Amino acid sequence: MSEKKNREIDAFTGVETTGHEWDGIKELNKPLPRWWIWTFYACIVWSIGYWVVYPAWPTPDGYTKGLWNYSQRAVVTAEGEAARAAQGALRKQIEATPLGDIRKNQDLLRFAMAAGNAAFQTNCSACHGRGGQGFTGYPNLNDDDWLWGGSVEEIQKTILYGVRSEHKDTRSSAMPRYGLDKILTDSNIDDVSEYVLSLSKRSTDPKAVESGAKIFGEQCASCHGADGKGIVEQGSANLTDGIWLYGSSKTAIMESIRNGRGGQMPYWTGRIDPMTIKALAVYVHSLGGGK
Amino acid sequence: MNHEPFEKNSLILLIGILIMVSIGGIVQIAPLYWIDSTIEKVKGMRPYTPLEQAGRDIYIREGCYGCHSQMIRTLRDEVERYGHYSLAAESMYDHPFQWGSKRTGPDLARVGGKYSDQWQADHMINPRSVVPESIMPGYPWLAKTPANIEGTEVRLKTLRAVGVPYTDEMVKTARADFAAQAAPESRAARDLARRYPKAKTVKVDGKQIEGTTELEALIAYLQVLGTLVDFATFDASGPNLR
Repeated sequence: MSEKKNREIDAFTGVETTGHEWDGIKELNKPLPRWWIWTFYACIVWSIGYWVVYPAWPTPDGYTKGLWNYSQRAVVTAEGEAARAAQGALRKQIEATPLGDIRKNQDLLRFAMAAGNAAFQTNCSACHGRGGQGFTGYPNLNDDDWLWGGSVEEIQKTILYGVRSEHKDTRSSAMPRYGLDKILTDSNIDDVSEYVLSLSKRSTDPKAVESGAKIFGEQCASCHGADGKGIVEQGSANLTDGIWLYGSSKTAIMESIRNGRGGQMPYWTGRIDPMTIKALAVYVHSLGGGK
Repeated sequence: MNHEPFEKNSLILLIGILIMVSIGGIVQIAPLYWIDSTIEKVKGMRPYTPLEQAGRDIYIREGCYGCHSQMIRTLRDEVERYGHYSLAAESMYDHPFQWGSKRTGPDLARVGGKYSDQWQADHMINPRSVVPESIMPGYPWLAKTPANIEGTEVRLKTLRAVGVPYTDEMVKTARADFAAQAAPESRAARDLARRYPKAKTVKVDGKQIEGTTELEALIAYLQVLGTLVDFATFDASGPNLR
């Protein structure tokens, strides 16, 4: 920095100056601390080692791979494989065991429940709730009311292909829009709602129930069954059990009839591996209402 | 070394700065133009549809990136939770990209298809209605605000200027495509899917206004995130291993 011929000692501080002077102000020569300088040089030496062992420099046809052939992508793949290998025996057993038999083996059940719970919290809880309690429009998985069947096999199928999803094997059915599409008049809808309320013994208008029953027989029974208990193959709701996906009030029931309903569940095949879907089915089946 | 000329002559200093900055720039930027492996060769990537792009603009306007990243890193916990690590190719049409590592909310790089359209709508209007423990603010006005169709062609042309391969046909049909994506099972929606493979229409119950809403645009965008690359044909080894 300094030029020897310009060296002079600042009278006030006793420190050598660099010889630079601006408008009478002189710069003191305060070099960086020795330890800092050596650390800096050490870093440069370190970086040379880094270039040699890790991917570093661009070349005309790619980049230097480094002696260690390090790859983040290879590392994360290997870690995943190692984890799965550590679970290998149990994973293989679950893959090989028929779905219904998993719960008969304590070790398998414990593993499936842990895996199922982890996958449930990550993927399912946003709609069905952390405890599977559901929300308006998103089914409760703790009760014994299953739109598409509550056996562990049916649950697995629902998870694999979804409901009204984009998968070709999706479960699918449609509740018509009786009001919007002018199939029923407002007073018809009122009557049917009274009849539907009567199925869970909550109706207050016997006359409306009577005319509602007739309309129900014509319009609704083919999907919900003559007794209103729903048909699992069609995913139609049981209207007699006091469990309501979209609310139990007459207003909510009328809205369902007027505007139709068509809740969707995404398909998970491809997103979650088959073993984990099996575990999920066992987990959901265990939540309380599995058949 | 005598650096007096640099300190006393601003033009020499300027030239010196230019030379040094250029070296830094060339070393960092220039290789990206010739290294083939910077962006993987993958099947399935396509530009965003006009409605998805409009949704993306809303995503940026509302500052969603403040809490949500769109980059699944090559770390085991992230891959286990969110799915396959993000590829550079997956944000090749993003201007600007939405990478990041600050997550107050979850990463959204693969949120597409994970939840139903209706869930996205319910959650956007009031997050607590479906996730009681959520701290995300609600965005109820999106359901009452018409999505801006006016700038659609210009938006596509602008993106084309920076390298997004929108064709003349896509620009011409931009408005029709914009509306079609919120009209499930329409003929226009089939045309849209032909121009933009895997484009999904948005279906939300209980619409509060006529026409396409900002909420629908945002949902169209969220539902495409991470769904385009066909991982069945992606070779994670060989040149893509890094």
